[in-house]
Amino acid sequence: MILYLARRFAGVAGVLFAISAITFTIFYVLPSDPAAAACGKSCSPERLELVRHYMGLDQPVWRQFGDFLTGIFSGRTLGEGPHALHCGFPCFGYSYENSVPVWDLLMDRLPVSVSLAVGASALWLLLGLGAGVTAALRKDTLVDRTLMVGAVAAASMPVYFTSVMLIYGVIRIAGLLPYPTYTDFTADPLDWASNLILPWLALALLYAAMYARQSRSSMIEAMAEPYIRTARAKGMPERTVIVKHGLRSGMTPILTLFGMDLGGLLAGAVITESIFGLPGVGRLFYDGLVRSDQPVILGVTLLAAFFIVIANLVVDLLYALVDPRVRY
Amino acid sequence: MATLTVPDRVPPPEPAPKAAPGAAPGYGPWRLAWRQLSRRPAARFGLVVVALLVVMAAGAPLLSALGGWSPTEFDQTAVDPYLGGLPLGALGGIGPDHWLGVEPVTGRDLFARVVNGAQVSLLISLSATAVVVLAGTATGIAAGYFGGRTDAVLSRLMDLTMSFPSLIFMIAMMSVAQDVNRIFLMTAIIGVFGWPGIARVVRGETLSVKHREYVEAARVGGSGAWRILGREILPNVSGPIIAYTTLLIPGMISTEAALSYLGVGVRPPTPSWGQMIADSVAFYETDPMYFIIPSLFLFLAVLAFTLLGDALRDILDPRGGRR
Repeated sequence: MILYLARRFAGVAGVLFAISAITFTIFYVLPSDPAAAACGKSCSPERLELVRHYMGLDQPVWRQFGDFLTGIFSGRTLGEGPHALHCGFPCFGYSYENSVPVWDLLMDRLPVSVSLAVGASALWLLLGLGAGVTAALRKDTLVDRTLMVGAVAAASMPVYFTSVMLIYGVIRIAGLLPYPTYTDFTADPLDWASNLILPWLALALLYAAMYARQSRSSMIEAMAEPYIRTARAKGMPERTVIVKHGLRSGMTPILTLFGMDLGGLLAGAVITESIFGLPGVGRLFYDGLVRSDQPVILGVTLLAAFFIVIANLVVDLLYALVDPRVRY
Repeated sequence: MATLTVPDRVPPPEPAPKAAPGAAPGYGPWRLAWRQLSRRPAARFGLVVVALLVVMAAGAPLLSALGGWSPTEFDQTAVDPYLGGLPLGALGGIGPDHWLGVEPVTGRDLFARVVNGAQVSLLISLSATAVVVLAGTATGIAAGYFGGRTDAVLSRLMDLTMSFPSLIFMIAMMSVAQDVNRIFLMTAIIGVFGWPGIARVVRGETLSVKHREYVEAARVGGSGAWRILGREILPNVSGPIIAYTTLLIPGMISTEAALSYLGVGVRPPTPSWGQMIADSVAFYETDPMYFIIPSLFLFLAVLAFTLLGDALRDILDPRGGRR
């Protein structure tokens, strides 16, 4: 187990290193000059040279990448002399737009994205698994067919369509809710939830549909296993059979899916946040793109990769708890 | 050399044993699959819609000529300059002149734009699917069949690719890339992140097939690795590949639409569905048809490919989605 953990952590570190190297290459080396972007439109050649030196762009690529990595782990000092700028411990550089450290921007926006992801995922698990398991237990009945037709239809609707429809129906026509503005959970939990309910729903509908389809088929597969027959034969109540034997093995494929989806959403849902005007990491990313603010783009990409990798690790460890056949 | 007679081509496994009672003896497995497919109403619906969309995309120039408007042609007579450029007439200007109405402000014909948008969207998503399936099948078969170090390296590569935040990465790459051929670029970028899924499926199938008797027989008969891969393994894993491919397409269509929606897809004035929806969001209250029409086409396309893919998976892949 300890050996396994050590190997997995080494793997995680390797993957993160590879991703940051690839991302760094793509965003710093390939495109147009980042120094020109940072320096602005009216930039004299001498000044550009200065900025280039200041940003370390006159160094070889591997040195730049090395400095970038050092910055993340121990902070770094950009430039030298009286204009030197110290960038503290997790240094992802400074935003070209307003010279705020990227790390501060990320940490500032993260609570919004996490609120969105956590609420939406709770909702879609509830809806998706509920529908999927119900359909599986009533296979080939009207209930099953209705649920599955609904799921296919919901899965085919793009999130921006659902979002606009929800805004139109709930906010404009029914006037039930105000247009979402983010309130911090610690400030007012009720306000926090009522502002996020529509974005949650919009995201959750899409994912719930996929989870319903997936959980239906894996539940059907699980309920056909011989140990289910054994459990029934020894007189176990049907309820216990379903919950203890069916659900437990039927839900393991869902766990992998859930880890990847949640991990991918934690670092921001670009489209949903943009439509609902939520100031999350996804929105930060989108704004960074529009302004070609490379440190921000790189920072969000690395954060997103970090969440995905960690989520996968957590899922693999949870497998041992859920599935008794898995041993490390 | 090889004196043993080795069957040149082993037929794929029976697609579904359930087909047997209804089917006359002597039908090939593909024929049986087709009969099953045409018996399902949902699959028939999917097939018809897919066929219509493909015809629409392929005949886009012809169809928009038939409608009388090119997708980039402005028509100021169809919009009302006093109402902020809203289309004249009910339902966003639907009428004999403009079959699906017009775009507000510019008065561009929506029928021409939707039809040409179908061409762009389907071209990108289908060619991205082709890239993904070719790359995924090749790596999956190689990893499964050769095993050992090849498998280890390829599997790590799959894990690495899957750890990329793909949508974020695609958006970033599309926006960084300067003006090259956007359609080609999009296909390539979507393809780069899509292959590991199918590679895993193919790897698993290959593992389960590679020790069957006919593969051993071919090996004893002196067939080389490439011949075994192409002649013995590939035909026997092709069922799941086809099913998985069809199920990949809706995801590709959605991805293309999302990228276009975010403004990093094809450049205007070339129309694409995602871009049309993004433009129309501002008008959803004043000109709902402008928002509904491209959304409806996108919805139908994703739905149709999903239904078709579901049916094909049930028929061709003996493991997935038992009924």
